[in-house]
This record gives sequence, structure tokens and C-alpha cells, in this order.
Amino acid sequence: MTAESATPVRGRTSDPEAARIRLLTAIEAVIVPVGAVALAAALFSVFLLTLGKSPATFFELLWRGGFGTAFSWQNTLIRTAPLIFTALCVAIPARLGLMVIGGEGALVIGGFAAAVVALPVMGVLPAWIVTPLMFVAAALAGAVWIGFVGWLRHVRAVNETIASLLMFYIAVAILNFFVEGPLRSPADPNKPSTTPLDPGLMVGSIPGMDVHWGLVVGVVVAILAHLLMSRTTFGFAARVTGGNVRAARAQGLPVGRLMVAACALAGATAGVAGYFEVAAVLGKANASLIAGYGFTGILVSFLARHNPLAIPPVAVLFGGLAAAGGLIQRRMGLPDASVQVLQGLIFLIILVSETIYGRVPFLTAEKRR
Amino acid sequence: MSEAGAGRAIGVETVGMTKIFGSLVALEDVSIRVRPGTLHALLGENGAGKSTLVKCMMGFYQPTRGEMLIDGREAAIHNPREATEAKLGMVYQHFTLVPSLTAAENLVVSRPDCPAVVDWKREIAALEAFMATMPFRVRLDTPVAGLSAGEKQKLEILKQLYLDRRFVVLDEPTSVLTPDEADEMLGLLKGMTSRGELTILMITHKFREVTAYADEVSILRRGRYVGGGLVGEMSTDDMARLMIGDAEIRERAARVERSDAPVVLELAALFASDDEGLPAVSSFDLKVHAGEIVGVAGVSGNGQSELIEALSGQRDLDDGRILIHGQGFEPVRDQMDRFKVCSLQEEPLRNSAAPRMSVAENMALRTFDKPPIASLGGWLSPGPMRAKARELIERYRVKTPSTETPIENLSGGNVQRAVLARELSGDVDVLIVANPCFGLDFASVAEIRTQLLEQRNRGAAVLLVSEDLDEILELADRIVVMSGGRITLQARIGETDRTAIGHAMAGGH
Repeated sequence: MTAESATPVRGRTSDPEAARIRLLTAIEAVIVPVGAVALAAALFSVFLLTLGKSPATFFELLWRGGFGTAFSWQNTLIRTAPLIFTALCVAIPARLGLMVIGGEGALVIGGFAAAVVALPVMGVLPAWIVTPLMFVAAALAGAVWIGFVGWLRHVRAVNETIASLLMFYIAVAILNFFVEGPLRSPADPNKPSTTPLDPGLMVGSIPGMDVHWGLVVGVVVAILAHLLMSRTTFGFAARVTGGNVRAARAQGLPVGRLMVAACALAGATAGVAGYFEVAAVLGKANASLIAGYGFTGILVSFLARHNPLAIPPVAVLFGGLAAAGGLIQRRMGLPDASVQVLQGLIFLIILVSETIYGRVPFLTAEKRR
Repeated sequence: MSEAGAGRAIGVETVGMTKIFGSLVALEDVSIRVRPGTLHALLGENGAGKSTLVKCMMGFYQPTRGEMLIDGREAAIHNPREATEAKLGMVYQHFTLVPSLTAAENLVVSRPDCPAVVDWKREIAALEAFMATMPFRVRLDTPVAGLSAGEKQKLEILKQLYLDRRFVVLDEPTSVLTPDEADEMLGLLKGMTSRGELTILMITHKFREVTAYADEVSILRRGRYVGGGLVGEMSTDDMARLMIGDAEIRERAARVERSDAPVVLELAALFASDDEGLPAVSSFDLKVHAGEIVGVAGVSGNGQSELIEALSGQRDLDDGRILIHGQGFEPVRDQMDRFKVCSLQEEPLRNSAAPRMSVAENMALRTFDKPPIASLGGWLSPGPMRAKARELIERYRVKTPSTETPIENLSGGNVQRAVLARELSGDVDVLIVANPCFGLDFASVAEIRTQLLEQRNRGAAVLLVSEDLDEILELADRIVVMSGGRITLQARIGETDRTAIGHAMAGGH
């Protein structure tokens, strides 16, 4: 009970007790998810054994396909960028206690919007105008998309989880309608797509790697999201809302407006993921935008405990899983979906492990000492 | 009474009962003897170990040491099922009935041998025969949701008897009842015990009930048995002294009387609905003057919580206006700041704090968006936040390992002190308080009450909603009784009495 004797001291003098608690909390935040992933891997091994496959081979291939070579690292990192954005789309509302799972829809709509605004102006306006225009259009479209979900929740108490999921199907329908109809480019007879972007509008690679700038932007946005949540009054109000909405109301915080704003921000990040998919990977908008990044992002955010700083490393892990899928399929004769079984197991165990926080015996005893 | 007590009351005794959780000794060497056919009161403050003791008796906990005798024979109760087999039962403070089922259905499904297909005709006939032997009865065909609190409590007790429990623990059985209902119920129970049909161990805080109805009393303090005996041989002062011990308590603030103080808070024809959309508060009019505490009494569930929620921004008003200093007030942040409206609610972890956020953060809920914590229009500085928290922790004697501890790790009393520090450390013009001492230890209660009086003496208008009538009688200048969402009595303290208040609580005018 040091606090009783502690005198009010100025500014940022560190309190050893406080530092110790922060450390223990941090240790817990690492141990629990790592343990969860290990347990999921063990269960998945049992699954493989029942199929008569070798877990050792599986994990070796997973390593090789995801992280073993420079080439596989590139594959992994290309998949990491959209996962960072879509995970943020889950993590930001989650801090307010909202479970938004429709990031995939915002990604699709964002990507589509980026491609559409470029159509009439590319070749007319210079790239340094069109590129920001596309970026903003994508972010704005995503913000409106998920912001609408938050607004429904605010004014009509519509469950944001279901609403955002259903909005995904609407996003797909919109994309398909335009890409297969009014905006279909004659240049691509096999796969309905919008007119390809000018090469000048494509996002380049990070020097020395074959990975586009989206990765760097993703990491920067994750850091910004962290600062927003931990070091601004908006983030504080959001955390109070998520921590106890009754207390937030009793403090007169504008709970509804905070929810809409957080959802809009979240949607903007997923929209930006769509921008990079269009402007750095596909070069046009088509059904390939619907690659499941939005859904894998949910897993990433949960494994990262909705902590924006933890999202990039976790996204790398899941990027690796996705990158290795093809190799595993070819070498082991396993269906592509087997990696999804592993993802599903991880998700399930992560959800269960939520109940362990605060109950890890030796850490809890230390904290309460 | 003829064959009603076919089963006989049983006596239960604990010998050296000790329960240790980790490093916390919750119960230390407690030996109490509840003789068959008595109504035995178990007194103690919150955290004195009363519920730990009965949970050990009921098999929810395994005692670390000590044993139990049932009718003089050693008995080991390893789980609640064995307690049932030994005819021990417990009625919880909060109802465990299924609201949508009728009384009859609730009784039948509670039976351990409830058949998969129920022959209702036969069961109802059996239940009616059972009811006929009981000193009080409850309508069998009404869904429990439609019963009053008193009837529900009776049904809970009937359930125990129906299940043939002959030793029943009642956990604060009268906390949800009007005084009249409480008297009726305890009188009937007393009759059953003295006829030897039942033994009752009653956890309570209310001395009046102990002196009026209990045969014997046992008093716990800090996990130890500190005294007890025949109720007739002890005065309430003795009991209070044993219960409270010699804890040092701050002096109660002196009351400053003032006249012609202006009206600060005015509630004009407030209407609000409950979660089901049913009217909960109806045309509620009230004026609170500066330097005045107005106590709102009533049995819980008569609109008090909806009233408090509406005043503190947790629930929308259907109609009516809240005026402060004659100006319209809405419970949003800038107006709360401008009109200096603060609130202190029951169960702070549910109503006024974010449990997983730190003590420092929770203490900053009112100030986080103002300098010195906020700067540059939204940038947050943890340094000043912690400094402020340290100052408040010191001033309000909050016991916490550090400013960074999640507030949920603090004891209930300290959480409430932290909230109190946050709400009352600034200027307060209007203070909205709801059951602020609910579930807190004695020292915290005294401290919080003193603070409320200090705010009053400084000129704040205080609206105190409390289910504890004694609290209102102690603190308030005026009392308002709420029943069915309306005011049924309004009087100055001293110009009314418990009888009138009791009648008003029960809905009479």
C-alpha cells in the first residue's frame, strides 16, 4: 500500500508500483495470446494426424511458405498490409464495445470508389492529383459505409455486428452490378473488371523489396490509431464508453456520436485497404477485391487484443499463414481450406482465452500483493 | 398446527469454522450454535464473513478448517446437493424465481426429482394440500412477474418448505419489502420456528428486526465471532458495539440550518419508462433548495432507479423538464460542467467507473478534457492525470496499490471513495445520489455520509435516493416517498414518522 504514504508529486515521476503493474499487464498480454496460438497449433496437429498427415511437415511448409525465404516474406508482407487496415477496422470500434465484423464490405466499397473516381479523370489530371483523390475517395467511402452501421446503432439500436455483416453482401452486390454492367471494361473479356488504371497511378514498391507502400502506411496508421486511443481525449472518451457505457452516460459523454465517429474512422481504414488492393495489387476493381482480408482482419484484431500496436506483428503472422496456403496445398495434398481450419481454431481459442485475463495465477497474485 | 411440521426443525452448529482464500482469512475459528426451532440472527458489517460462513454451511465453499454438526451429529457437506439432502436450504437476497412461470410451476420445477412430463392436475392438487398447511400462502396460478416483492419473498420461503428444508438461511430477507410486509413475514416465520417446524438463520443489518423477532443472535466482525447470545439479554447498543468494533470514524459534520434558500434543482412533471417501455416515473414534481438534502425513499423497483438514470443521462425522459437555477438542464457534459451537477450512485463499478481502466483514469473522468490534463484541443497528458489522482487518493484516503491499478481490483468501499473524490473535489451545486453506501463497510459509510452533509452545508442541493430509510432519516432535511413512480408523501423530517412513511411506501396516501 505505497500509495497511502505517497505524496502528490509533480508530473511524470515514475511510481515503481505503477510501473510494476504495467509490466505485469504487458507480460500477461503476451503470454495469453501466445499460449492460445500454441494450443491451437496443438489441436490442429491432432486434426492433421486424423487425416493421416504429418504435423511436422505442415508446420515446416508453413514456415517455408510464409517466412522461410525472401520471396515468401514478400508474399507474406503483401498480404500483411490489408490485414493491418482491416484489423484496425475491428479494433477501433471494439474499444467502444462495438463488434464490427463487416470490414470486408468497407474494403470492397473503398476499392471500388477508388477505381471509380479515377475513371473520368485519369489521363486528364496529373497523377499527383488523382492519387490523393483515389485515396480520399476510398477512405471516405469506407467511412460512410461503417459510419452508417454506427449511426444505425446510435439512432435505432440496430446490432452493429449483424448490420455490418449484412452490409458486406450489399457491398458485393454493388461491386458486381457495376463491374459486370455499366462500368465493365471491354479490355478484359475473361473477368469482369473496371478499366485498368494508368500505370502512373499504381502505387510503387518500397525500395529493395517487392512490397508496396501500403505496408508502411498501414504501420503508420496503426501507430496513429494507438496514439488516438491512448493519448487523446477522443480515445479516452471512447475507452470509457467501451469500459462502461452507463458510466460514460453519467459523465454526459456523447456516447452515440462517439460510436458513429469510431465506426467512421474504422471504415476509413478498411476503405484504405481497398485503395491499396486496387492501386497496388489489382490495378482495377473486380471480384478479386473480395479476398477475405476483412474477415481475417477480425482474427488479427482479436489476437492483438484490439491493441493497434500489436496489430502489425499479428498481421504478419496471418499474412504468412495465407501466403503459405498455396504451398501447403500443393505439397501435402491438403485442401486450401485447411489453413482456414487452423485460423478458425486460433480464433476460437483466442475467444476462450479472453476469460483467462486477470486469472493467470502467478501474475494475479503479484498484482494483488 | 397439526401435521404441518411433519418434518422437524433441525439444529446446526459450526465448530472452529475457518476459511482462507489465498492470503485472505475470510473466516477465522467461528463456532456458532443455531438451536432447533429458533430464529437466529447473524449480524455483521459487509465483509464481516457472514456470507462466507453460510456458504461454508451450504456446501458452496469447503471450509479450510472446522466442522459442522447437524442435530448434534457431525456432518460433512461437500456440495450444495448434500446440503439439500441434509434438509438445509437458503433464500438469497435476490429472487431466484423464474418470472414468466407461475408460482406452481416455479415450485414444481425446483424439485430435484421433477419428472420430465408433469401431471399438472395432480401436482396442483398436491400443492394446494401443501399450501393449506402453511401459515401463509401465495396465489399458485399467477406468473411470478405479477407478484409483489413480498409475495415473491414468501414464495421463496415456501419453496424451501416445499422442498422439505428444515434449516433455512435467509439473506437479508426484508431488504426488498415494505416495513409492513417485513413485519408480517417475520411474524409468520417466528411462529413457524417457535412451533418447531423450522429453524432459521437470518442474515441482517437491521437491529429492529433482531430485537423484535430473533431468539438469539451471533455477531461477526472481520471474520471472527465476537459475541452473541439471547436477544433478550443484549441491548442494541451492545450489538452495534460488537459489530462495529472500535473503528475510528470521522465526526459527523455539523448541520448548518438555513432559511429562505433559493430553489436550485427543480423537477417538473417528469415521466420516464423502464426497460420494457412501461411507465416507471409519472408526473414527478420536486424542488430541492440550496443547502438541502431531499431524501427519496421507497421500496426498490418503484421508479427510483429510472428517476436517477433520467437525471444522470443514462435514460431518456419521456416528458417533463429538469431546471437548475430556473434554466433548462439536459444531462450532457457541458451542461453538467456549467451547472456543476455531480452524481454518486450505487454499485460504482456498474454506474460510475470503467472497471478495467486504472484508478487514475477513473478519477479523471470529469476532468480529462480540460487543462491541465488536456491540451492543444484534445491531446491527453498522463502526467497531470496521475498527479491529480495521487492528490485525490491522499485527500480522500483511497486505499489502492497505485494509480495504475485497474479500479476493479479495489474493494467496494475504495471504489466508491475514488468516485466520491472525483465527483466532490470540485465545486458542486447539484448532487444526485443513489444508495451511495449500498454494500459498503461501516467506515466508508460514515465517511460518505459526512461528505454528503458537508456538501449540503456548503450550499449544494442534494437529491438522495435511498432504499435505506435510516440513511434518509439521518441525512435528509425533507423526505419524499415514491411508490409506483409517483410521490405519495412529502414532509419535513421530524414532521412525519415511520408509520406514515411505511404506509406511503406501500402506496397509501
